[in-house]
Amino acid sequence: MLKIEGLTVSYGARRVLGDVSLEVNSGEVTALIGPNGAGKSTLVRAVSGVIPLKRGIIRTNGIDLTALPPMPRARHLAVVPQAVSLPPAFTVWETVRMGRTPYLNFLGQTSAKDEEIVRLALQKVDVLDLAGRRVGELSGGEGQRVLLARALAQSTPILLLDEPTSNLDMHYQVNFMELVQGLAHNDKLAVLIALHDLNLAARYADRIALLVDGKIKASGTPLQVLTPELISEAYHLHVKVIPHPFADVPLVLPGND
Amino acid sequence: MSRLSPYLLSCAFLTAAILLSIAIGSVFIPPTDMGRILTGWFFAASLPESLQTFAFIIVSIRLPRTVLVLLTGAALGGSGAAYQGLFRNPLADPYLIGVASGAGLGVAAALSIQWPYTFWGLLAVPLAGFLAAMLTILLVYSLARLGKTIPTTNLILAGVAFSAFATSLTSLLMLRSTGELRRAFGFLLGGYTQAGWNPVLTILPFLAIGLGFLVLNGHTLNLLQFGDEQAQQLGLPVTRAKTIILVAASLATAAAVSFSGVIGFIGLIVPHVMRLWFGADYRRLLPLSIIGGAGALLLADVIARSVLSPQELPVGIVTALGGAPFFLWVLRKAKNQGYW
Repeated sequence: MLKIEGLTVSYGARRVLGDVSLEVNSGEVTALIGPNGAGKSTLVRAVSGVIPLKRGIIRTNGIDLTALPPMPRARHLAVVPQAVSLPPAFTVWETVRMGRTPYLNFLGQTSAKDEEIVRLALQKVDVLDLAGRRVGELSGGEGQRVLLARALAQSTPILLLDEPTSNLDMHYQVNFMELVQGLAHNDKLAVLIALHDLNLAARYADRIALLVDGKIKASGTPLQVLTPELISEAYHLHVKVIPHPFADVPLVLPGND
Repeated sequence: MSRLSPYLLSCAFLTAAILLSIAIGSVFIPPTDMGRILTGWFFAASLPESLQTFAFIIVSIRLPRTVLVLLTGAALGGSGAAYQGLFRNPLADPYLIGVASGAGLGVAAALSIQWPYTFWGLLAVPLAGFLAAMLTILLVYSLARLGKTIPTTNLILAGVAFSAFATSLTSLLMLRSTGELRRAFGFLLGGYTQAGWNPVLTILPFLAIGLGFLVLNGHTLNLLQFGDEQAQQLGLPVTRAKTIILVAASLATAAAVSFSGVIGFIGLIVPHVMRLWFGADYRRLLPLSIIGGAGALLLADVIARSVLSPQELPVGIVTALGGAPFFLWVLRKAKNQGYW
């Protein structure tokens, strides 16, 4: 479980995230939605420790993550970034093996147990048959799944994902989100995923947090957050929300009423 | 290519290059005699009269020269691979952030003084080059630093800017000098002017430290290929790691450059060839580039010594003339083209 308290991030004088508080429970997928520039990516990056915080504490099970150096922090949370410009020369196996870094010595020597964890991660994400291929030869969807496998190899209880479905087609989007949902529900990971697609969030998230201008505007179940009033105001666009034809979730449609 | 052990192949290549370097010169020493002399020298045994001249040539001239060239090539190959990994740039070579131009400036300045022919006097010019190179790195590093991080783009820009400044200053010094021009120019083309074991012993500790640290940072360089953010998210303390690699590679380069001048292409091409043949894992690429760089420079040096014998060509010319076509050939033959 991940507790974000009073997170404030500034780029110089510009306040990008203001007093953000959020709880991500184990066994749940929490989606972070909001318009461009709201700060979704910034929030994910700040929680992972690559951006300095002006204020705020990030806790997991009582441990203060903000005070930890990169190596121990990486044993608590793993990040799946967008799969753009991955080093093309490494093989899929080599890439996923990098996920074991927090548990290896500085020479990066792996044991048989590490290699087994890598193999399991590849299998879980269904890229085991791509293991020997070079990353540069993969498609966007395959590359994104490899990054998910790498995060899984990190064996962390918390998973952060930064708009992983943005460059994927329909098939890979559904494929990916079902994987992520399974990891939360079956493996009890605490998953925070920044998404731009509201309907993907509705379908696969247990909780949704709406981020607008660096502040959490609303947080709750998909039904609670995906209301016409909240979404129209946040995205400056008239939307209509109807019940999904075959899933028990809301469906958001941009409309002109 | 990857079925035979890469280390075996590279070491075989290096050994052949070493033997060639010892055998070839204005006097050709046949392999059998060479073998007897080397074993005799190694086990401190005495040699028959007939081999005394050869023995002198080998032990006092060829062997120290061979070892010096070997060390230089190793430094250039290793730091070239490290720079390419650190900057994630296929065009990176050991001189990217100004080590060569800094050293050149130091050497040109030191050459304007007549140093006495003593132990320290002989060391003065190379030492000046080395110190100037290390000062350059310090300067470029400080210029590029942004709070707690060292963005690689800043490093490259600061290095390029300083290089331009140092090079023009060096040219000015050379223009205003009288006679020393040719010596300074010789430094810039790359070549060996000092003989004996002193140069080897002088640079050995710096090379051992620099290359030692680099070889231990293979995994770190692998992680850095994913970018600073992802490397940190995977657990690497990025700023500290980059600083160590930068200092280690620059130390090795500065030491090499101080006695060998600016020899190009080895640091750029050897890592690429090794990457094309044996893969991009830096834990393997670094030691292979070190061995390959040593062998390649030895070969170049042999050619430089024999082509216009007894005159010596600057090694830098041989590496450029030979290196470029060879690399193009390797590039065309490699299966995994495009994955630098």
